[in-house]
Amino acid sequence: MSGGVSTASDGTGRTYRRRPQHGRLFWTVADCWNVVRRGLTHYRRQPVSILWQLGFPILSVLLYGYVFGKAIQVPGGGDYKAFLMPGMFVMTVAMGFVSTATIFVNDSKKGVIDRFRSMPMAPSAVVAGRGATDLIVSCAELGIMMATAYGMGWRPEFGTGPLFGYGLGFVKAVVLLLSLRFALIWVGVWLGLLLPGPEQVGGLFAIVFPLTMISSIYVSPQQMPHWLGQAALWNPLSSTAGATRALFGAPTARGASWPEQHALLLAGVWPAALTLLFLPLAIRRFRRLSR
Amino acid sequence: MSSHGYVVEAEALEKRYGDKRALDGFDLAVREGTVHGLLGPNGAGKTTAVRILSTLVRLDGGRATVAGLDVARQPRQVRSRIGLTGQYAAIDEILTGRQNLEMFGRLFHLGRRRAKLRATQLLRQFDLEAAADKGAGGYSGGMRRRLDLAASMILAPAVLFLDEPTTGLDPRSRGEVWEAVRELVADGTTVLLTTQYLEEADRLASRITVIDQGRAIADDTLDGLKNRVGGDRVEVVVREPAHIPYALQAVARVAHGGEPEADIAELRVHAPVADRVGSLTEVARFLQHFGIPVEDIGLRRPSLDDVFLRLTGRRTEEEPAPEPEIEGAAV
Repeated sequence: MSGGVSTASDGTGRTYRRRPQHGRLFWTVADCWNVVRRGLTHYRRQPVSILWQLGFPILSVLLYGYVFGKAIQVPGGGDYKAFLMPGMFVMTVAMGFVSTATIFVNDSKKGVIDRFRSMPMAPSAVVAGRGATDLIVSCAELGIMMATAYGMGWRPEFGTGPLFGYGLGFVKAVVLLLSLRFALIWVGVWLGLLLPGPEQVGGLFAIVFPLTMISSIYVSPQQMPHWLGQAALWNPLSSTAGATRALFGAPTARGASWPEQHALLLAGVWPAALTLLFLPLAIRRFRRLSR
Repeated sequence: MSSHGYVVEAEALEKRYGDKRALDGFDLAVREGTVHGLLGPNGAGKTTAVRILSTLVRLDGGRATVAGLDVARQPRQVRSRIGLTGQYAAIDEILTGRQNLEMFGRLFHLGRRRAKLRATQLLRQFDLEAAADKGAGGYSGGMRRRLDLAASMILAPAVLFLDEPTTGLDPRSRGEVWEAVRELVADGTTVLLTTQYLEEADRLASRITVIDQGRAIADDTLDGLKNRVGGDRVEVVVREPAHIPYALQAVARVAHGGEPEADIAELRVHAPVADRVGSLTEVARFLQHFGIPVEDIGLRRPSLDDVFLRLTGRRTEEEPAPEPEIEGAAV
């Protein structure tokens, strides 16, 4: 019997044969798509889970937008709600990596990753398919968050030209948000393969929460004690928040510091740097499963 | 497939984790169409052997073929000829049973339509039709295992690896899994089964390799292995040390293939026997005749413990070393 082909017989004379006629690239793409389908089917079967993931950002919008909103001054002037909304979008993508980590922890604990690895599918599809799923889900999450924000009176600024100017800043902002999410996928995969069990995933929120607070997501770093403000200025989340505020035409509360002046540049550099660091780490971790 | 009827062959397998030798010159040969049991205590290297043979882990030395394919050099081809059921039911708990099988079918490259057909067949074969469209997270332990088995049977593999398939299952679920495995073997699947339970190997396997400290220390049929341990023993517990000689005399009358032995501290006397029920009544009758009160009397079947004691001189409990990490997450 030749190697790449195998058959399954069901006892009724019908046989099942792997289709070897396609090339490796075809199957890698097909495998990725099937992993994506799995992830999307999760949301189809449990649509409420997406709201659970958005629970914290939505709660924050309500709490800060309505309860504390009036008490918070935006340096340089402007409406706090308009300042807050882009920050909430950043928080939505930032928290996403916890769900990436969760599925990898569960899959490796339950042996699902081992099952995938014992099958003739492309091993890279296990990781790449999950990454693609997370980006698709992030788009949906951002859509829901923006609709919520719109309902609360948020109005992003669009370009004024009849066709080309229209929405270009908006698109750029979304691309920056998704590139941050893309970078964090690899942090999630790496952590998911590193953590011993699902119990530790909850602990990740203990890392994410201070990271979102010590940034420009809720208030401008200028309003923090100096040392804390410095940390917040250089937080990658601050750069994306600052850049998207400018692109959405929201008050930026931009100070004179270098990272604030170059928020757009850093909003591109930070995700690229994180990807360069964590993508190889995640791949190495995945390869080490064979050790 | 190799000409001499072996579908799994391993020679001098080596695997090290740091200083620990998980496999240290392990040999194995599994005949086509049989259930081959791999028995050993925790940490003996069972799981490592299965993970190497199923291409999950690279070997450090030696050579292994599955269905005539080299696991180190042709892992992709090996993967389309094997099924793997590990220590946990590796299924997606959010998806339904049917969605699980269709997903795995598509990932086995059956194509969408045939993956659907195959899922329907397997759900019927593994008696999961009633729960097919319910979330697998709500399945019982036995149902999860059967779904897990079904997923590893999608391509009707040449070799099915079952790594402790009933660990943590209640007796009823265990019976269900055994039934499913028997049916697969009747259809011609070769099974390599690792287990800690002699009973499980007893029910399913025709040949057994005993592994200890990364080496095969015995390879025999079930009967051959039991004969080495000494088969069934009759065991009497008396009330007073003074009664031990009577008990020894009683069991000596029925002893077969070995001398009676006494454990003075526990007031226990035992000997190997051939005629199980006959020897039990004979011992009881003899002791009753002399008016010796008996605390307990019974037949003891050899356990994996006994096999180990006999083969290694150690009890299985004295082996605290954990199995090398099964979870990639913590390696």
